[in-house]
Amino acid sequence: MADSLQGIFWIVVFPGFLFTVLLGLVASWIVRKVSALVQWRVGPPFYQPCVDVIKLMGKEILIPQQAHKIVFMAAPLVGLSGVLLLATMLWRTAINPTEFFVGDIIVALYLMILPSLALIFGSSASASPHASLGTSREMKLVMSYELPLVLALIVVIIKSGGQLGLAAIAEQTPALTVSGMLAFLVSLLCVQAKLGFIPFDMAEAETELAGGILMEYSGALLAIWKLMQTIMLIAMPLFLVMVFLGGFGAGLLAGIGKLVLVLVLLILIKNTNPRVRIDQAMKFFWVYCGIALAVAVALAIIGNNYGIAWL
Amino acid sequence: MDWKIWSLKKSPWVFHVNVGACNNCDIEIVNCLTPKFDVERFGIKLVGSPRHADALLVTGVGTRQAVKRLQEVYRQTARPCVVFVIGACACGTGIFHEGYHVEGPVDKIIKEVDPNAIIAYVPGCPPKPEAIISGVVKALAVL
Repeated sequence: MADSLQGIFWIVVFPGFLFTVLLGLVASWIVRKVSALVQWRVGPPFYQPCVDVIKLMGKEILIPQQAHKIVFMAAPLVGLSGVLLLATMLWRTAINPTEFFVGDIIVALYLMILPSLALIFGSSASASPHASLGTSREMKLVMSYELPLVLALIVVIIKSGGQLGLAAIAEQTPALTVSGMLAFLVSLLCVQAKLGFIPFDMAEAETELAGGILMEYSGALLAIWKLMQTIMLIAMPLFLVMVFLGGFGAGLLAGIGKLVLVLVLLILIKNTNPRVRIDQAMKFFWVYCGIALAVAVALAIIGNNYGIAWL
Repeated sequence: MDWKIWSLKKSPWVFHVNVGACNNCDIEIVNCLTPKFDVERFGIKLVGSPRHADALLVTGVGTRQAVKRLQEVYRQTARPCVVFVIGACACGTGIFHEGYHVEGPVDKIIKEVDPNAIIAYVPGCPPKPEAIISGVVKALAVL
């Protein structure tokens, strides 16, 4: 009984929902503020993302007549619960590295696909032509970035000597080696695509698809999507920090510094690039990132076999 | 104050509908988002879908072809929502008064769907960005 209560506390309050959402709201304010500063604007006030979510909660929920209502309404909840579990798991391992289970990196990988899958289900259930275009782009995007991301994780796993636990991987810093750095850079771009940031925001594409995958969502359902993206904004950089940058091992402040560093890198990539077409994105991920990571895997294996630490 | 109204005032997302404008008002609306005026300071954001919008910025005279589309867009907007009628044409058909193609003014078209619609008017040909921002601020203060 006490165990399950504590589990609920973990998911709902401390490392889970409340904590991550609060951090994520701050992070999404940072995204908007830094974007505004880059464009020489003033930008929104501190509480803006929070007010946006509150406002969406109070709005009317419209469901298209031809939509599949159950899937349409359940998809945001599925996506939210997926990232919620991911965030809780990552924070628990970051704070207390002794409490991990073998193979949690693979669970994290699966949980990270869940929001994209939920978006695909939800938007294809909405019976809107714009949303279906967005759906097809999102599907292609998922297929393009999953391959490099898995390859990048293979590099890290080779570096750690075949460990499959996040805590064991977080004990070292693969980004300080050549192959680890390559893998880190590529997976940074994969996270960019996962978050739906420019240059990989072709699934939402406000200017041509009018919101794409989220087009038919309104009111509280849209608020849930926004909350999901808010949590992802913390969970994805946290995953990168845990896997590539040595996690929170060097102290809490250093860990937060790494998290902010990854976030700022993502924002700067977002603000200095135009949107690419979906075929360009696929070619980029499969051909260029694929080749780079094949080299990285080879280097990692050589480095591991001959004991060269910097490879 | 009601939390719904309060949060709506703090983050009005706008959707831009052109029902036969000459593009001048549209340029001025986009102008509001540029670094000089930067309406994101007030939480105002241009969105791509009427489902996400809290306010419709309607420009143009309201041509025969546009009537049904405008009414459909108004129906698709999630309540509570506000309609901003921007420019001389939209407010009272302007120089196209009694033209063969004119169904409008815009407020008449909107009221055919919803007699209780909240409508704010920003006159001018085209209204300056300052005028649009001032109109939005005054309308939100009344809400």
